[in-house]
Amino acid sequence: MNNSVLKTILSFIGLVIFQVVVCSNINFLGDLNPYVYVIFILLYPIVNNRLLFIFVSFLLGLSIDIFLDSGGMHAAASVAIAYIRPLFLKFSFGAAYDYQAIKFSNTGFSQRLVYFLFLIVIHHFILFSLVLFDENKIALIIEQALYSSIFTLILCLLFSSLFSKKET
Amino acid sequence: MQQLFNFFIKNKTFVLFLLLFSYAFSLTIQSHEYHRSKFLNSSNQITGSIYGTFHGVTQYFNLKKENQLLLEENSRLKMMVFSHEDSVPVDSVLEYKYDLHPSLVYKNSFSLPNNYLTLNKGRSDSIKEDYGVITSKGIVGIIDATSKNYSRVLSILNTNSRINVKLQKTNYFGILSWDGKSPEIAQLKDVQDLVELTVGDTIVTSGYSSTFPPNIPVGSINSYRLNDTEDLYIIDVKLFNDMKNLEHVYIIKNTDINELEALNLSDE
Repeated sequence: MNNSVLKTILSFIGLVIFQVVVCSNINFLGDLNPYVYVIFILLYPIVNNRLLFIFVSFLLGLSIDIFLDSGGMHAAASVAIAYIRPLFLKFSFGAAYDYQAIKFSNTGFSQRLVYFLFLIVIHHFILFSLVLFDENKIALIIEQALYSSIFTLILCLLFSSLFSKKET
Repeated sequence: MQQLFNFFIKNKTFVLFLLLFSYAFSLTIQSHEYHRSKFLNSSNQITGSIYGTFHGVTQYFNLKKENQLLLEENSRLKMMVFSHEDSVPVDSVLEYKYDLHPSLVYKNSFSLPNNYLTLNKGRSDSIKEDYGVITSKGIVGIIDATSKNYSRVLSILNTNSRINVKLQKTNYFGILSWDGKSPEIAQLKDVQDLVELTVGDTIVTSGYSSTFPPNIPVGSINSYRLNDTEDLYIIDVKLFNDMKNLEHVYIIKNTDINELEALNLSDE
């Protein structure tokens, strides 16, 4: 087993535990929680094996679901953003993605911000649609998704700059 | 056939995505329906032990408050004993109708429409489904899934929760449910409009089901209004329990439950 696989497995387990033990108990201003585990999907190394990536994302979401007793909501949202990720990689990082030459630690802050923002908002929108599951509550879904997204985005940006080693 | 095969191979990413997404979606739909969400739940060995490990750390934060609660409950019980000294039977062969098992809350949520709790007692402590869960202040929910060492509670803060309650003063009964909005307010429906209501009236469990004994406090009337057809009240009930902060709970085991179930079965 090489180093990067081990690192991925450890961050998977670490993020699941961090999410269910810490992040889901914050309840900022009553009921606002960040869903920081999506950073795993955002920063998963860019490889050709998309099937494995989608399946791992599903497992990640499902593990969160089992802990939080939420059926398959996190799994559905995670699979969705894992599937559309290449689109937003191309959109945010442009030509570099075509050559599979991106290292997240070397990308510019604004590029990373755009990339994070889009995927997190999509993830949270799917998630809260499934959580509330009521077409009469569209306004509430959008409101909660946006507020949580901001919370998640800030934490994800902090995390990604804390744990990435700049290669100079 | 060959073409179909080629199609799948060409679009294998999309097919896998669709498969996993629809599976997750079906799990979600099941979780919105009562009694169908037991397949995957947090009362299994792995999640239970992880929650347990971290609970060992966080429980110290609440010790002071929990102590206070226990003292209050103790003094209330002592007061009851002192004022009924003659009528309290001190008999070692007395048979109790209800068994209480103290338990710890490992996981609690209140910000979702469907909330569940995880407790550290399970089948090995003879805890079964449909047992009621209370605190010293009021009701918490009903156990809906168990494993060997852990159990999951369908909280009253769950849009699927239905609990039979009554007005303490007039004995009129209704169904307590939750609309998913505030974790402090639950809704009492099906109370007829000829009943006299006052804000502040106490709501207690009715005892019509085998889950809860009668007269366990639930909450007090916060406000009330008539429903659309103007023949039944919708009452907002302020819960006595602080559902955001639960640590020590009691699981109620009805010792007659087997007999009652046998009776109900013979009815059908």
